[in-house]
Amino acid sequence: MDLLLRGISHRYGGTEVMRDINLDIRRGEIVCIIGPSGCGKSTLLRFIGGLERPDAGEVLLSGPEPEGSLNPLTYVFQDFALLPWRTVAGNISLVLEDHGLGKQRVAAIIEDVLARTGLSEFREALPRQLSGGMRQRVAIARALAVRPAVMLMDEPLSALDSQTRELLMDDLVSLWQRERFTACYVTHNLAEAVRLGHRVVVLSRRPGQIRTVVEIDMELSERGPGHPELEAIQSQLWTLLRDEARAADREIADVAE
Amino acid sequence: MSRSDVAERTDMTEAAKNLRAVPYRGGGFRPGHWRFVGPLVFAVLLLGWEAGSRSGVISNLVLPAPSEALEALRQLVETGQLWLHLGASLQRLVIGWSLGVTLGVAVGLMVGLLPLARAGLLPLVSALFPIPKIALLPLFVIWFGIGEGSKVATILFGSFFPTVIATYGGVDNVDRTLVRMGQSFGLGWWSIVRKIILPGAMPAILSGCRISASIAIILLVAAEMIGAEYGVGAYVLMAGSLFATDQLLAGVAMLSVLGLVVSWLIGRAERRLLRWRG
Ligand SMILES: Nc1ncnc2c1ncn2[C@@H]1O[C@H](COP(=O)(O)OP(=O)(O)O)[C@@H](O)[C@H]1O
Ligand SMILES: [Mg+2]
Repeated sequence: MDLLLRGISHRYGGTEVMRDINLDIRRGEIVCIIGPSGCGKSTLLRFIGGLERPDAGEVLLSGPEPEGSLNPLTYVFQDFALLPWRTVAGNISLVLEDHGLGKQRVAAIIEDVLARTGLSEFREALPRQLSGGMRQRVAIARALAVRPAVMLMDEPLSALDSQTRELLMDDLVSLWQRERFTACYVTHNLAEAVRLGHRVVVLSRRPGQIRTVVEIDMELSERGPGHPELEAIQSQLWTLLRDEARAADREIADVAE
Repeated sequence: MSRSDVAERTDMTEAAKNLRAVPYRGGGFRPGHWRFVGPLVFAVLLLGWEAGSRSGVISNLVLPAPSEALEALRQLVETGQLWLHLGASLQRLVIGWSLGVTLGVAVGLMVGLLPLARAGLLPLVSALFPIPKIALLPLFVIWFGIGEGSKVATILFGSFFPTVIATYGGVDNVDRTLVRMGQSFGLGWWSIVRKIILPGAMPAILSGCRISASIAIILLVAAEMIGAEYGVGAYVLMAGSLFATDQLLAGVAMLSVLGLVVSWLIGRAERRLLRWRG
């Protein structure tokens, strides 16, 4: 299943936050969206997942939903959004319970995603007992449990320290190798974008417009920290972003005065 | 830092270096573990009181000795009156309070979740909450009869309003990102209420229960002072009008124990239901 964004524009009250976004997200690719803070990345992701409606333009699905998908468009949130009163297994069970699958089927799916994300031994732990990295792994396992067609990830690693972030990036890469999931991955971190993105979409400051789309034609498994080609792309992206980021930074300062 | 610098430093005498410990200023502002002090204060107070009564410092007319109150309590047990009084009180308390809390949680959820219900009910709740329900007791007697009806109704109303306010406050404070998460996974409205909103509001609901339970005990005693044959309130009223101060104190001790037991039960419920908070 592919996702097609057609002419999306939006304003909140008097402020225009997004202008004419056109983008295709194709099956099996990770599209990273980067841009200065406040440019509308999270808003765009809410439009894509149907949590909010844009003023103009539309988000279209093309092609059949993958078989057995319980929730084709599935989010992974920056702050994990785990229920603190449910165990790891209970949090995954939450998103399966409404589908009338039967107890055994639900238990089997939980078992399966926990194994795939290496969380089997944590199944009875409560979120507060886990580190940030583990919590985000649980949130990813929860997303996988509903067999998403597209994963919508809003800065999934931004709440983590940089070492944990590296570990989770490796996890995501090997997960993608095995499952070839489709993802729209929002981040402000250029290193994440060049490690995980098949394409990197650069947004301008508010109102967010697409400035460029950079294709990175390199297998995810070949990428790693300090790879010269990636470093070159990263600094190219930074040149594109620097002025936008500086202007966005000043803009916020102006508003605050 | 160069090598000679280091050498110079180690060469300095102790006195010249003026070594001293960093002053500690991090203490205090922390609850301690003085568990035995509470019972000790209790015991000392009771013993002093008993000694005062026996030596005649405290006149028997003003305040009977604890041993006399204990004797009155013993008689209550022996004649079987204790269970009649306590049973009647407990029945009213349990029925009135649990109905009040159940209705209060339901209405509180409605106020928290449905904008129309909030607009319609919140002003009403705010207007009725501060009325001391004791003032309405005569009205309840007319409406629900002098028997059990008016007593249960008083307790019900008294525990209903604080529960509504605690519940909708709890609902308002549930993390919205969790609700968004539920929606993004396609959970139904009722699922979100049951599995996300209600557990999220549970800490507030339980602390509302604490408040409504103590209000319920106060109202219980007040309600039992009108037209009740049995009940701790009736017993205390009777003792008071006969100036049987030992029996009065026995009744008051029963109320205190009742309050402690209720608060202990709610504490147990909190530990069970809110285990996830650690
Ligand atoms: N619900 C909302 N109401 C009003 N303004 C909003 C709302 N959500 C976001 N905005 C504004 O829209 C702009 C884009 O926000 P957001 O999408 O969160 O940016 P990003 O995720 O790129 O940092 C910001 O200026 C923000 O203040
Ligand atoms: Mg954002």
